[in-house]
Amino acid sequence: MIRPGYISLFVVIILLAAWDILCRVFHIPDFILPAPSEIFKVALFQAPLLLPHALVTGLEIILGIAISLAIALPLSTLMFAHSSIEKALSPFLVASQAVPVFALAPLLVVWLGYGIASKVIMAAVIIFFPITVNLLEGFKDCGSEYRFLFKLMGANFWKRLRLLHWPWALPYFFAGLRVGVSVATIGAVIGEWVGAQKGLGYLMIQANARLKVDLVFAAILWLSLMGLGMWRMVGFLEKRVIHWK
Amino acid sequence: MLSISNLSKRFEDLVVLDDFSLQVPRNGFTVLIGPSGCGKSTLFDVLTGVEEKDKGDISWLGKQMPDLSRKAAYMQQNDLLLPWLSLVENSLLPAKIAGTDRREAKKQADALFERLGLQGFEDYLPAKVSGGMRQRCALVRTIMFEQELVLLDEPLSALDAITRRSLQSLLLLLQSEFKKSLLMITHDVEEALLVADELIVLTSSPMGIHEKIRIPDRKPRSASDPKLIKLKEEILERLQEDPEID
Repeated sequence: MIRPGYISLFVVIILLAAWDILCRVFHIPDFILPAPSEIFKVALFQAPLLLPHALVTGLEIILGIAISLAIALPLSTLMFAHSSIEKALSPFLVASQAVPVFALAPLLVVWLGYGIASKVIMAAVIIFFPITVNLLEGFKDCGSEYRFLFKLMGANFWKRLRLLHWPWALPYFFAGLRVGVSVATIGAVIGEWVGAQKGLGYLMIQANARLKVDLVFAAILWLSLMGLGMWRMVGFLEKRVIHWK
Repeated sequence: MLSISNLSKRFEDLVVLDDFSLQVPRNGFTVLIGPSGCGKSTLFDVLTGVEEKDKGDISWLGKQMPDLSRKAAYMQQNDLLLPWLSLVENSLLPAKIAGTDRREAKKQADALFERLGLQGFEDYLPAKVSGGMRQRCALVRTIMFEQELVLLDEPLSALDAITRRSLQSLLLLLQSEFKKSLLMITHDVEEALLVADELIVLTSSPMGIHEKIRIPDRKPRSASDPKLIKLKEEILERLQEDPEID
């Protein structure tokens, strides 16, 4: 039995090889579409240039995750505790996702400046929704028989939340967090495109203007690896925390 | 004693309970037996406060109350163990919620684990042990509720015959050793005859008492006792004959 990881790796290698061969056979110039081997070279040898920008984007994403968690956890708890609050806030939550982040980015830059704050908020806006919605769903998913048992044991809301609903909702929370971290780069990069002084998004805009498409691709590669790394990290954490699954 | 008087409950046009009355003596083992859908579970839902009664009185030890939540321990077919807690932590839940001293509760749980044959499995997760062991753990948790009244809703029906037999004797411990007052629902006439002091055969639409059978024999009883076999046949015959019963 072949492991799925090997299949993914094989598919990626085939695609990259085809891309590389096409670039060389048709002599596609680097400023239009660089070959993957060139991109890897730039990604590796230009690491001293890419790394400080990646650190800034990474910091924006991590702070975005922290802020979204700081809002999502109490908010989903509040919505779970009071269905009237859930009913009142749900339309706003949905509406917040209907507004494209591209539309928010210029406003946030105007309000919060070209520094890190506007990008952090952009990332937080994107991550916040899947975490909140998933966590709330997890709280509500708990079987009625368990709720009933806790009621018979005389557990108050906070004890039910701590001992029953929170552990029950953990798989949902991590599913939301996984989605959140994988799309968090979008928020940070869009913020950097609109106005920034550092970050991989900023570097991409600068490189694009100078037709350094290989550097643009190298930044995309770094971003992808960062997203993948965070996804993996959340998966690792999930396995440690949800030890009973 | 648990006293239920003139309890009524309807769901739109369906009358499930209509002036239903029942007495469960203190430290007695009363078993309800009846056809599926006759309203036994609704009775438990009303008793435990999951469903609100339309009218009627519920009193425990002479004190009237709207329902028995926080007054009764409850055990059902599904063990309801929390999958993230070890067996011993599951059994300690009632103590944790009540805020009682953990060390004392742990000592009690350890003794019960030994008494119920769970020693050595304290730190196992529920998913790692058999259904019978999980149900034993649920039984420990039921005892740890520290409520004198215990409601049992087909607690053994999901188990195989051998495990069931061994757990039936453990149910008897609740009465003999832990001095609980028990009200149990079951579909199994033999099981009812093995554990009950009083067997109540129910009718449906709305639920009523068809017959009360006192079983004065000492416990534990043997399923191969000719007297019990005869009684079982008679009850089964009555259940088959009466169209209202099934």
